[in-house]
Amino acid sequence: MTNEFYIYLSILTPLISFFITPLLSSNPNLRDSLGPIGGIITFYSSLNVASLFLDGEILSFTFFQISETLSISFKITGLGVIFGLVASGLWILASIYTIGYMRGNKEKNQTRFFTFYSIAIFAAICIAYSGNLLTLFIFYEVLTFSTYPLVAHKQNEEAKKAGRLYMGILVGTSIVFLLPAIIIVWVLTGSLDFSTNGILKGNISNEYVPFLLALFAFGIGKAALMPFHKWLPAAMVAPTPVSALLHAVAVVKAGVFSMLVVITYVFGIDFLSETNGAVWLIWISSITLLLSSCIAITKDDLKARLAYSTISQLSYIVLGGAIATNIAVQGAAIHIVMHAVGKITLFFAAGAIYVATHLSKISDLNGMGKSMPLTFIAFFIGSLSIIGVPPMGGSWSKFYLMLGSVEKDYLLVIYILAISTLLNVYYLLEIPAKAFFQQKRTNIQVTKHPLTVYPTFFAALLTIILFIYIEPLKDITNLIFGN
Amino acid sequence: MMPFIVKNLPILIVITPLMFSLIVAVLNNYRLAWTLSTFASFLTMIFTILLCFEVSYKSNISYYLGNWPPPLGIEYVIDRISIIPIMIVSVIGLIATLFAHNFFTLEIDEKLVSKTYSLWLLTIAGLIGLITTADAFNLFVFLEISSLSAVALVALGSKVDRKALVAGYNYLILGAVGATFYVIGVGLLYGVTGTLNMGDLAQKIPALGLNKSVIVAFTFMMLGIMVKAAVFPLHIWLPNAYAYAPSPVSVLLAATATKVSIYIIVRISYTIFGSSYEIYSFESLRYILLYLAILAMFAGTIMAIFEKDVKKLLAHSSVAQIGYIVLGISLATSPGIASSFIHLINHALIKAGLFMSIAAMGYYTSKRIDVKTIAGLGRQLPITFFSFIICALSLAGLPLTVGFISKLYLIKAAYISEGIWLPFLILVSSALSLIYIWKLIEGLWYNEKSLKIEKIKELPEIYLPLLVITFLNVYFGIDAGLIIDNSFIASDALMSGIK
Repeated sequence: MTNEFYIYLSILTPLISFFITPLLSSNPNLRDSLGPIGGIITFYSSLNVASLFLDGEILSFTFFQISETLSISFKITGLGVIFGLVASGLWILASIYTIGYMRGNKEKNQTRFFTFYSIAIFAAICIAYSGNLLTLFIFYEVLTFSTYPLVAHKQNEEAKKAGRLYMGILVGTSIVFLLPAIIIVWVLTGSLDFSTNGILKGNISNEYVPFLLALFAFGIGKAALMPFHKWLPAAMVAPTPVSALLHAVAVVKAGVFSMLVVITYVFGIDFLSETNGAVWLIWISSITLLLSSCIAITKDDLKARLAYSTISQLSYIVLGGAIATNIAVQGAAIHIVMHAVGKITLFFAAGAIYVATHLSKISDLNGMGKSMPLTFIAFFIGSLSIIGVPPMGGSWSKFYLMLGSVEKDYLLVIYILAISTLLNVYYLLEIPAKAFFQQKRTNIQVTKHPLTVYPTFFAALLTIILFIYIEPLKDITNLIFGN
Repeated sequence: MMPFIVKNLPILIVITPLMFSLIVAVLNNYRLAWTLSTFASFLTMIFTILLCFEVSYKSNISYYLGNWPPPLGIEYVIDRISIIPIMIVSVIGLIATLFAHNFFTLEIDEKLVSKTYSLWLLTIAGLIGLITTADAFNLFVFLEISSLSAVALVALGSKVDRKALVAGYNYLILGAVGATFYVIGVGLLYGVTGTLNMGDLAQKIPALGLNKSVIVAFTFMMLGIMVKAAVFPLHIWLPNAYAYAPSPVSVLLAATATKVSIYIIVRISYTIFGSSYEIYSFESLRYILLYLAILAMFAGTIMAIFEKDVKKLLAHSSVAQIGYIVLGISLATSPGIASSFIHLINHALIKAGLFMSIAAMGYYTSKRIDVKTIAGLGRQLPITFFSFIICALSLAGLPLTVGFISKLYLIKAAYISEGIWLPFLILVSSALSLIYIWKLIEGLWYNEKSLKIEKIKELPEIYLPLLVITFLNVYFGIDAGLIIDNSFIASDALMSGIK
């Protein structure tokens, strides 16, 4: 068995699931079991890819050579391993949860839903393992288009409007900014391949670096930098499993992952530090980080609040890339994992509450803690991880980010991180606090679906496990910049 | 037999549809007429493929009609440049002919169906003749053959909607103006050089030095062809002609007619006048074309956004896409022209697929397709809808489709010669085009259906040709090497003539 086998396996499994799912629409049990099975196979092969990568194997292959300098090719990089593990690992959890949610909520068009769910995962894995900018761009677009039917799933006016905004911003930015940025790199360097030290050094004059980086930063709309963040709250009309896996993990992480890849493997962090080309990005991401936290406070809709919190957390990752030191980029990479696990816990909890009670407003949740203790405890743990309190995983990434800013003497950044943490405390912990300590106002019928509650709790436990079991992750992040 | 065929291939691809059109015209049985037309376009396609092999190792085939050498006789030239539009016309011609049967019997009076096939083959013959001929006046003859038969075809849509008559009339008048302009230009050139052969003209024009007649001739010829190519703002005949023509005619015209005219623009400006590029400093003309192309991109897209009738919407989008192709030509660099050729091929595939799927929807529902009637049709016609969605995304330039390859190379070429502002404009217009594409996709898929129609069974004779086009849209979006390489060979050959 060759080394590439596992890359193929992890890419093809969701693709096969995409083709089989519509055929099984008459047998819902069999159809729904494809998700967890596919998730386990994909995660298993991603783990193998990771261990081969840690052994120092160089894994790459060209799927298709379009012309001399253009190809669809895959290459395993440190960042890619992390994103691949996150996307495939959480797919297992999310697919189990999705079954509970879709059935508990008696949603229509479930087959279509599961079909496009698998293709979105396929696109995310391909993004993780892409070996050049063209491949990255192709699957970035595939991810956008495949998630549109999920966002507009409810097919009412509101969903259609949100779908239009979603497509408009994501495809619009990618066509108007990202594509020309890629073509400029292509013209300047004659190549689109990723390299651990970047490929732009010596091919571009220093004063153009911030400009090119801006095309990338705003072109990757999935990273939700302000002012191109509106699609994320709009996408919350989708069923909660979509918000959980895609808009807290796969889609948004594909965005920040692409940002980190561009910063490290196209520009090269040394080159960015020398030219100070990313300094403006530090401030833009800091502003996004603070402003979206402030907006989150004003939102009473639970999913909208989580959406703005996601925008803010994504900016942590972009910020890590913009600081452009080894430690900061490592922190950003770890934050991809930690935020994914933390945020999926919160979204799972929100969905579990909605399935059980059909409540979506925070002000209605008073006293619900007694009816749904496991769910709200999970929410509490997840919030602590997002805030960055030990012993939850989220504390590691914040620690690294702060180390990075100290190293570069960005003191203001540390203050911003601190203020944002305080805001996190306020708007996230308010929810379990209300649920546990306030009086229940009305009698609300609670009909829980077990498949929504247990994955939530397991995801919460995962944040604690990741705090203790951080070593392998650190080993991978050490290899982001090559050996 | 075989050497004879191979020797005469350049004329066979023209004469086959021409002869069959005469035979078909006298038939009364429309089924037989269709079979013969299919056979004729199949033969043409076979000859074209043989010609491809021939050209790939000879690179330049010169054929003297009736063995009269130029400048007295008429010369046909097949080279690495002209083989591209010939391929487009014969491939799309075959697929459209296969596709046409059901539609012609439905949309046209039974008595006229075999005459329609005759006109149809005449159009194809005219278009191929336009490409192959290397004689400036013979080109005019073919221009008239193809235009007049196309006008008649458009007007045949009058059984379904009488607006087709007006559309055909407009097409006729403007087409006649264009052809007249062209022939005036040819006459002036003949006056000063005494020759009509393109190669000969290219040699004699530089010797004249800065000559006012040549400038006027060039202007007339270009303007005449630009009307035919529907370059903005000379495009006004196009939207109605495409919208009210019988559906297969829209497919054929949208995919081939304007493409061939654009090819002639390239031939005139590079093959005939390329040798005197320095003398007349065509640089300013280049910018006129460039600005017209930019205007076309935006005007076409914006018109399409506000259009309700789907066929007309696609026609407006064609105006914008012609803008992209002309933009590549106006860059006057090898990558620019190559990107034009790439888009020439790809846009033919895209528009053929789109017009075919809309035609199929109209056939199944017996309604004129506009943004209201398409609501919810997607779920009733899954195969047609699938093809439509792939071709529409290809039009928008989604990766893994041909539209993306076009966009990639066009933007690269634009960036290399003009800097960042031009790619930016192209991409903004391309992002705007998403609005009308999305309007259609959303309507087809998500809206509640407005028509009360019973369960529809999709017919294989309609969806098989459609699926072939759809497959090509994806296949050449991934394995794009063939198209890219040949386009670059063609553009390098053209640029080598410039002095």
